[in-house]
Amino acid sequence: MIDLIKLLTRKKESSKDVAKERLKLVLIHDRSNVSPQFLEMVKSEIIKVIQNYMDIDEDTLDIQLTKTNSDDGERVVPALVANIPIKGMKNAGRSL
Amino acid sequence: MGEVIVITSGKGGVGKTTTTANLGTGLAVSGKKVVLIDTDIGLRNLDVVMGLENRIVYDIVDVIEGTCRLKQALIKDKRYDGLYLLPAAQTRDKNAINPQQMINLCDELRSEFDYILIDCPAGIEQGFKNAIAGADKALVVTTPEVSAVRDADRIIGLLEAHDIKNPRLIINRIRNDMVKRGDMMSIEDIIDILAISLIGVVPDDENIIISTNKGEPAVTDSKSFAGQAYRNITRRLMGEEVPLLDLNVSEGLLSKMKKLFGFKSA
Repeated sequence: MIDLIKLLTRKKESSKDVAKERLKLVLIHDRSNVSPQFLEMVKSEIIKVIQNYMDIDEDTLDIQLTKTNSDDGERVVPALVANIPIKGMKNAGRSL
Repeated sequence: MGEVIVITSGKGGVGKTTTTANLGTGLAVSGKKVVLIDTDIGLRNLDVVMGLENRIVYDIVDVIEGTCRLKQALIKDKRYDGLYLLPAAQTRDKNAINPQQMINLCDELRSEFDYILIDCPAGIEQGFKNAIAGADKALVVTTPEVSAVRDADRIIGLLEAHDIKNPRLIINRIRNDMVKRGDMMSIEDIIDILAISLIGVVPDDENIIISTNKGEPAVTDSKSFAGQAYRNITRRLMGEEVPLLDLNVSEGLLSKMKKLFGFKSA
């Protein structure tokens, strides 16, 4: 009988899934701390791509690895947040 | 030329010393010449796990400072030929030695031994840096807990930064009953997260505590399930292909009987 009740109420995620989810998140942060070059690499690649289309202010550009709520609002997920000040648009349609 | 293997984990209490003692003893039983180095200066424990605490005269700091010769500090195991322990100093701290001295020490031991196993202290500071300095390979010990896996991940990153490539993972103290009911991360879960190759899984086994009480590593106990796991890892270290232990057997006869008769296993 007790087992039956347990079975019916077992809609919750198992605790190991919670553990795994939390670990994955914390490791994203830890790992980015281990290699500070990582964000720099991402940053320079992003600048390269965006500069094809617009003039941006490289000095005040800011890219961070952070956390945010998922679309369904139930979980916290990692997010890459970039603040890229635009100085002006290039004519993207004009090819070289 | 001998191989220098460091056993490390980041987090304390996950079983580095027990692993070092068991793998070292296992290798010696297989006829290899092995030396175990305790680098946990100030908090030595490998001596008691090996049951050799009463034989210590000199320690690693004495060797490095030239108080004695290396041979004088090596303690011969009481049961197995070819097995030696170089104990840590108890009244000094991690700064008593430096990485270059460890490299020199390991190089000196290489010509004499097949395997040099280094028991690394917890943490990522001086003691860790000393322990990994002379190592060719690394074994990372973790348990299926968030804190231990997180620290293992950090250690893997640091090992790679110090040019110790492809560390191999030992998952210690896994409980199959908890994995089955979804309350413990499985082998696959942990490998998925850490993304390194596995060298073995050691089930949670009370025989480990009993064998530590006696100062006789469980690897020589044919009835211990964890001992069997350590024997398998020993063979893998020597390059053999050995399938992973079937953890389902770990439940033991008693709990199987209980299940059979409808009791819930603990």
